[in-house]
Amino acid sequence: MTLLALVGIVITPLVILGLATLLTWVERRLLGVWQNRCGPNRVGPGGVLQAAADGIKILFKEDWTPPFADKGVFVLAPAIGMMTVLLSFAVIPLTFSSSIAAGLNVGLLFVLAMMGLGVYAVVLAGWASNSKFALLGGMRAAAQMISYEVFMGLALMGVVMMTGSFSLRDIVMAQSGLWFVLPQCVGFVVFLLAGIAETHRLPFDLPEGENELGAGFHTEYSGMKFGMFFIAEYAGIVLVSALITTLYLGGWQGPILPAPIWFTLKTTVLIGFFILLRAALPRPRYDQLMALGWKILLPLSLLNIVVTGAVLLLHTAG
Amino acid sequence: MTFPLPVETTSPKAEDFPGRILGLLRHSDEFSAVIQSVQITRDNVPTVWLKRAELHHVLAALKNAATAPLMLFDLTAIDERERTYREGQPDAPFTVLYHLMLLDRNAEEARVKVALSAEDLSLPTITDLWCNANWYEREVWDLFGIRFEGHPFLRRILTPPTWTGHPLRKDHHARATEMPPYSLTEDQEEHEQAAMRFDPSVWGMKRHNDHSDFMFLNLGPNHPSVHGVFRIVLQLEGELIVDAVPDIGFHHRGAEKMGERQSWHTYIPYTDRVDYLGGVMNNFPYVMAVETLGGITVPPRAQMIRVMLAELFRIASHLVFYGTMVQDVGQLSPVFYMFTDRERVFGIIEAICGFRMHPAWFRIGGVAMDLPKGWEGLIRSFLDDLPKRLDEYDAMVMRNPIFQARTRGVGAYTTAEAVEWGVTGPGLRATGLEWDYRRQAPYACYDQLEFDIPTGNRGDCYDRIAVHIEEIRQSLRIIRQCVDNMPEGPIKAAHPLTTPPPKARTMQDIETLIHHFLSVSWGPVLPPGEARACVEGTKGLNSYFLISDGETMSYRTRIRTPSFAHLQMIPLLSRGIMIADLIAILGSIDFVMADVDR
Repeated sequence: MTLLALVGIVITPLVILGLATLLTWVERRLLGVWQNRCGPNRVGPGGVLQAAADGIKILFKEDWTPPFADKGVFVLAPAIGMMTVLLSFAVIPLTFSSSIAAGLNVGLLFVLAMMGLGVYAVVLAGWASNSKFALLGGMRAAAQMISYEVFMGLALMGVVMMTGSFSLRDIVMAQSGLWFVLPQCVGFVVFLLAGIAETHRLPFDLPEGENELGAGFHTEYSGMKFGMFFIAEYAGIVLVSALITTLYLGGWQGPILPAPIWFTLKTTVLIGFFILLRAALPRPRYDQLMALGWKILLPLSLLNIVVTGAVLLLHTAG
Repeated sequence: MTFPLPVETTSPKAEDFPGRILGLLRHSDEFSAVIQSVQITRDNVPTVWLKRAELHHVLAALKNAATAPLMLFDLTAIDERERTYREGQPDAPFTVLYHLMLLDRNAEEARVKVALSAEDLSLPTITDLWCNANWYEREVWDLFGIRFEGHPFLRRILTPPTWTGHPLRKDHHARATEMPPYSLTEDQEEHEQAAMRFDPSVWGMKRHNDHSDFMFLNLGPNHPSVHGVFRIVLQLEGELIVDAVPDIGFHHRGAEKMGERQSWHTYIPYTDRVDYLGGVMNNFPYVMAVETLGGITVPPRAQMIRVMLAELFRIASHLVFYGTMVQDVGQLSPVFYMFTDRERVFGIIEAICGFRMHPAWFRIGGVAMDLPKGWEGLIRSFLDDLPKRLDEYDAMVMRNPIFQARTRGVGAYTTAEAVEWGVTGPGLRATGLEWDYRRQAPYACYDQLEFDIPTGNRGDCYDRIAVHIEEIRQSLRIIRQCVDNMPEGPIKAAHPLTTPPPKARTMQDIETLIHHFLSVSWGPVLPPGEARACVEGTKGLNSYFLISDGETMSYRTRIRTPSFAHLQMIPLLSRGIMIADLIAILGSIDFVMADVDR
């Protein structure tokens, strides 16, 4: 292992955390624009230091654990949430050469595995809080995320079949002619919806569902432990946007501009889309969300696999 | 000092009172015998006194014989022990009052009174006749200590369970200064908190069924979606609601008791804060009731100014309802747009009244000031802008498939259920009943104004919202007619009982000067009598029932608010649904807790 790789391993999480923190401010400003108000605009130029101010505030808050909570698990849960998201970034290729492990031959499976582990964060948080609202949020989260991971995995199979590899670098390379968003449009839509559900953002923010459950699974959390959930959610948005860029929008590829710029541009647009969704849509009911998943998205993603397979077979046979 | 005051006449002859509700009593020999006496009140609402033993079957017969849906509009009590002017009325310390309303073309009303002796303060319950009697009877028990035999759950409702005494009795203290200094020790605090703990067995609720344990969840008193301090205890199986127990009273400020300690004039600002989104809409029934007592005729310009302001407040209140309802189902942006619109309404209101949310701007006999210069332009530009914005909101909210999925078919009730539970206003019209107090019993100048009564047909959340939105448009129409047809003339009646009193001749003779001085310093003395006034408020029927005993203050102020009745229906609507649906229902009911608890 070279020194450069080690530096990369240290820098990547720091950059991601910085981005996620900044994103909290970006989201609030954008929501402000769309909601006919200012948003945070006082701290620093345009309010950009608001993120830093919030970070400092939350770091210096009392690190409090409710007396009725299951202490060990209560502390562990946000750490799991943060860790799984950060680890997933290891396999995302920023460009052909700059990434930690984009060449990993089970890269995509690794991401899915990390997302699967991420469920533990919310379930354990809901359970360990020993509070009714948190428990309801945790249960919702478990049902929602496990279901949506099924379709997420299945939706990705189309991409894997077309590439013939689980490596994210190979997947981007396979899109040099045509981005997968066109041939895999069904898979793209399913993955996008599943990605929103996975990051539990509006309209799929039922585990938090503030109008129903107070703050859902993290009702009892405060201080930096809450901050970890909060930042992990934003890092999750970056992750899902980066994944969509990689899997369906040709990753770093694009004319004229250098590769990292293309990757950043695509990811940023997707993040903006995520925020716009939050500004625009109401929240479906829990059973409606599950019905959408099992009755519509599951058949769609299965159909996608069948059709992709058939087309590929015909293509190779012909 | 005593004034020679006119007294209400009472007559025992049944022929004297008209009306289709009590008509049964007049025509049937069996029933005409049960009437103890007939009281003529200043508002001309037919009022009869019944014996306690006859009450239940007479009310049942009235309900059965009614030609249209008969609503238990209000149920309250009066502590008569310190009342001076009540000749002809039964000599008893307490009176329980049943106020009925016939929901037909002209909103017929009737009052039934029962006198209670001090030794036996109890009555048969009528919860078997009208569902909404439940909370009203609990309220009377809580505030007057009158028991209702056979009531399923006769416990305190507005005051805490640890309270001693019955606040609306005349011998209960009204001010903190009448009491020793208040202190709360740790033991007391624990005692109070323990009393708040919910015990399912008290309500006859099971803790588990055959295959699972129920979870009891405190939704509130502090919860983002209960719109104030309001607790609903939910009995949950998973996320399904098995049963719900609404718990109110956290916002109780004793508004009715304050009415007995404030002069007729100085009570006006208190009314603003009852339905705190309604502003002058609350002044409206109060000053109308006072004017009925005093026999004051309000000049046309003042009437139209009042209507215009009230409709502006209806728009402001409905916009808040719309925005928060939408936010409750997770759509975060519309509430900001609607608050921006509401801010424009407040801009107009501030220009006219000098105050935004609670202007307390109506006066006995008229309004506080004339309209400012340039008011027309201000209102007209708003009237032109809002419909376009409402169209945008329709596209954003009402036609949004997720929003429709969350509100269509959720929280539906029928017209019959609405009447049983005392639901009025948009919640009643959403069930398809075209019934609006402004149309059925026009007050102020509503008889000169054209407007439609929007209705729904399914009575679900979606219909309730749709009715609210259409009411905003109709209010705009009413306001436009007011702007176009605003009459010239005085803005207050030239009557000695108005506040502040007319000053023109005070420097001419000493008598007028003295009366002016007393009316300003003590406030006007209204002649003894009873009167109610009712308006179609922002959330439903809002009525003030006032008793004057020839004093500068009211002897009894009864505030009938729509929100109180509406919340009582929550258990019925919430059984077997999910928490998320309950949130949508709460949002669509349109209530504020100050209006519930008073």
